[in-house]
Amino acid sequence: MGKNDPRGLGRANSDPIATVPTRMVVNGAAHTLALDPRSSLLDVLREELGLTGAKKGCDHGQCGACTVHVDGRRVASCLTPAVQADSRRVTTIEGLSPEDGDLHPMQQAFIDHDALQCGYCTPGQIMAAVACVHEGHAASPEQIREYMSGNICRCGAYIGIVAAIVDAAPKMRRA
Amino acid sequence: MHRFTYRRSASAMEAVRAIAGAGPGTRFLAGGTTLYDLMKLNVETPSSIIDINSLAELNAFDTSGSSELVFGALARMSDVAADPRLGRDYPALSESLWKAASQQLRNMASLGGNLLQRTRCAYFRGGEPFACNKRKPGSGCAAQKGINRGHALLGGSDACIAVYPGDLAVALVAFDAKIDVLGPNGQRTIALEDLHREPGGTPHIETVLEPSDLIVRIRVPVTPLGRASTYHKIRDRESYAFALASAAVALQMSGGTVLDARIAIGGVATRPWRASQAERILIGRPLTSETARSAAETALHGARAGPDNGFRIELAVRTVVDALMIAKQRA
Repeated sequence: MGKNDPRGLGRANSDPIATVPTRMVVNGAAHTLALDPRSSLLDVLREELGLTGAKKGCDHGQCGACTVHVDGRRVASCLTPAVQADSRRVTTIEGLSPEDGDLHPMQQAFIDHDALQCGYCTPGQIMAAVACVHEGHAASPEQIREYMSGNICRCGAYIGIVAAIVDAAPKMRRA
Repeated sequence: MHRFTYRRSASAMEAVRAIAGAGPGTRFLAGGTTLYDLMKLNVETPSSIIDINSLAELNAFDTSGSSELVFGALARMSDVAADPRLGRDYPALSESLWKAASQQLRNMASLGGNLLQRTRCAYFRGGEPFACNKRKPGSGCAAQKGINRGHALLGGSDACIAVYPGDLAVALVAFDAKIDVLGPNGQRTIALEDLHREPGGTPHIETVLEPSDLIVRIRVPVTPLGRASTYHKIRDRESYAFALASAAVALQMSGGTVLDARIAIGGVATRPWRASQAERILIGRPLTSETARSAAETALHGARAGPDNGFRIELAVRTVVDALMIAKQRA
């Protein structure tokens, strides 16, 4: 297997893979899946469920672009074997606000504060930021920087990102 | 990634029996932040996985005991880090958790798994063509003549100079923590300081655990040294990085005099490194910049640097000195 086949699906071993039955609720919708136990939650979300909001940056838990919520807690979906989401509730950026409703206050704040340039890290930043507020780790710019350190922005939009979270936190508490 | 069979276990005893019966190449999977990561790199290639995340019996932790703090091995790093009593009474333990990794990873990673976190040595993680005795016994050690800026100053051997990367274990070693381990023949207790082995000629054997052993619990004796403690971690960036040098320090003071002291250092050694001799230098003496410096230099006694990592000896000395001064302010 090589770089073009990261999941090793083209290996010479052609025995059928023993799949693992897995049920998860993603953005409110229940799914019953038969999963290759090697699959990451990120790959299942993107390739099997068509939810491409969560991004693959490093694929090793180092960049935060793949951040989603599992049972309300932020995790790196690239380092989460998808079978571990069994019986759990997954929320991605697509499920943060209703399709026909207003943006989530954090999404609106990212727009208002110009908290992105290329946008590739943004879904992960927003999911991490929402959790950061819910955890009570958005009390000051210093605390926000510490608890958002798992999300890398190579465009360097950090000043806008911190400003957006400072702005959105009280709106989320009111909501 | 190599293929593996996957099963979930419903109890600790069932998990241990299952792994004992499954033969070599079977691994427990907890948070997965080390194991699954290394499987993606083909550095870990288990043939079979036993997922222990549903063992609710191992999730709980209790910091209110009168004789010891008890942490289930599957308690998550973020939950323990956020415990208010731990932050107040044992700041070194709390800091060693929240200064590690990112909140995403701390939400996933278990305490037991964190103790067994494997090295970040790039030659270990990088795979072929780099030689690594830890990854492939007998193949050599590319770090010895490679880029060894981040490699160990203490506890290394000609076969391996990979750093033990964890933070929590360093703080726990300073507090004389113990772990309860369940094996096919029952439960036993190991001092955490005895868990990790120095690499010697067998760097692929990292701990005293058998493959079928499961860490079920971490226990920390209650001590008057808890409050005046800190885990001081120096990194290339301010947050979300492994330690260039770190120090877990705890003090019990009477006036200006040190009644008791604990010092362990991280980021610079092949295993969590308790500096008992450095502690003895301080006991019964006033804590000044001179005595702190003397203790810190003793903690780094025997440090052996390569071409790129010599700066970290002085860095580690200053890290210990600063940690002692932070702890003193809390006394």
